[in-house]
Amino acid sequence: MSGILGSDLLIEITYLIATALFVFSLMWMSSPTTARRGVFAGEIGMVLAIAGTLLHHGIVDYKLILIALVLGTIIGIPLGKVQMTAVPQRTALSHAFGALCVTLVGTAEFYLPRETPMSRFMIAVLCMEVILGALTITGSLMAAGKLQEWLPQRPITYKGQNFVNLGLLGIAIIVAVILVMHPERTQLFPAIVAIPLVFGVMMIVPIGGADMPTVISLLNSYAGLSAAAMGFVLNSKLLIIAGALDGASGFILSMNMSKAMNRSFSNVLFGAFGQEQVAAGGTAEAKPVRSATAEEAAAILSAANKVVIVPGYGMAVAQAQHKVRELFDGLTKRGVDVKFGIHPVAGRMPGHMNVLLAEADIPYDKLLDMDEINGDFPQTDVALIIGANDVTNPAARNEPSSPIYGMPILDVDKARTVMVIKRGMGAGFAGIENPLYFLDRTLMLFGDAKGFVGNIVRELSGGAGH
Amino acid sequence: MKMDLLTSLYVFMLAAFIGFEVIKRITPLLHTPLMSLTNALDAIAVVGAIILAGEHKTTLAAILGTIAIVSATSNIVGGFLITDRMLKMFKPSGAKKA
Repeated sequence: MSGILGSDLLIEITYLIATALFVFSLMWMSSPTTARRGVFAGEIGMVLAIAGTLLHHGIVDYKLILIALVLGTIIGIPLGKVQMTAVPQRTALSHAFGALCVTLVGTAEFYLPRETPMSRFMIAVLCMEVILGALTITGSLMAAGKLQEWLPQRPITYKGQNFVNLGLLGIAIIVAVILVMHPERTQLFPAIVAIPLVFGVMMIVPIGGADMPTVISLLNSYAGLSAAAMGFVLNSKLLIIAGALDGASGFILSMNMSKAMNRSFSNVLFGAFGQEQVAAGGTAEAKPVRSATAEEAAAILSAANKVVIVPGYGMAVAQAQHKVRELFDGLTKRGVDVKFGIHPVAGRMPGHMNVLLAEADIPYDKLLDMDEINGDFPQTDVALIIGANDVTNPAARNEPSSPIYGMPILDVDKARTVMVIKRGMGAGFAGIENPLYFLDRTLMLFGDAKGFVGNIVRELSGGAGH
Repeated sequence: MKMDLLTSLYVFMLAAFIGFEVIKRITPLLHTPLMSLTNALDAIAVVGAIILAGEHKTTLAAILGTIAIVSATSNIVGGFLITDRMLKMFKPSGAKKA
């Protein structure tokens, strides 16, 4: 008996240490200088917690556990080695895996024979765990499919969509309430798994690529909350804390993202984004724009003192980040001060651009957040926009009729010269015309991002050779 | 039982507060690795799955538990791996050798 108690105490101690290490892990993530230590702390905590769990006296069958751990590792290694451009879909996929684990455990717990029946509160928490988990599974798979472009990226909307979606979720909650009041009706339980699975799909159907940063963060939050709910059911403080930390992280990120897109949080919560984007019924009126060649662009850039590069998803699509690094090197060598201005929703997930540029070996102190860089634009000679559109649209600041009015943007139009690398004059993702392109100080550089930046680099180095 | 629940609620509340305070301080620069890290940490749910599979109380529980271990472990391994790979790429100006 005392031996059993002893092992229980030991297990709890490993959990306690793991919890502390998890908190440290997140604390160390605050700065790039300590962040890798944070990962290490997380790993140690994880190994400790798993080792502790294996000591659990109730475990009679180690074979299954071992096989599952090995199999999970085999799947996990390639998932940890994907290309940096594939990180958004990998992240979405891992939300689905996390939620799958929680949902399966919740389902198994529900059907587990037990001496004393579960309390109503427990059943309610279990239902919440399974509902959140199930909708996160299919929602994340849908998001991953869209990001991988296996599914159409364009939002698919139909009349009454929000009504249908909220109705589905409402039915799931009503069934859950009935189950809590009549726990003997176990036949209702499969509906609590199935309806949210359908809801998860429906929730992502109307979502377009540009909304992905918000959606991924939100799914992250759901995955965390469902894990915390699982902690309540299993009475595991470790799980409650890890789930709460993950939930808080996802929540903060989705708040940031929705703020950066000027969408209210309730708008985000109910999945009603990507909606009502009026198709630009524009007859292609030929407003005059000024365009320039790579040679001219190189001349202007090398004559500048201060250049701010604004990257967007287009840079990622064109895989132009390495060429951008060459441009950065070439200009820096000529004594030009080059910085990057990064909008919170640039790309397909929070921080996406930073990872791509860091991969291309651009020092992180040159990567500045929107709030840090915006004050610099009036003193900037050239703002070079590569593959970004709506996040630079001045209509968000000064045209109350614009659908993106009020969205915080990078004030590139305050720079002395604005250069925009763009394939053609097509509207941005949201289908909104960008008045930036028609300003006198704006030069359009028509072409593929990678090719055009490459040409500028060639012009720059050609000039240096003289 | 009731006390357990109340304690759990306290724990959840405090952890959520700590989470908000800690995460707020994280620079937007690292938001992508942050998400993959919290994803890996969240896969601590594997401990619940291990007990479920290991106790083998019913066949259903063992099967679901085993699948749950596989999916959580892939998150742990993949999540830590990719987070570290990303963080390795973030270098300050001084460290750069062109």
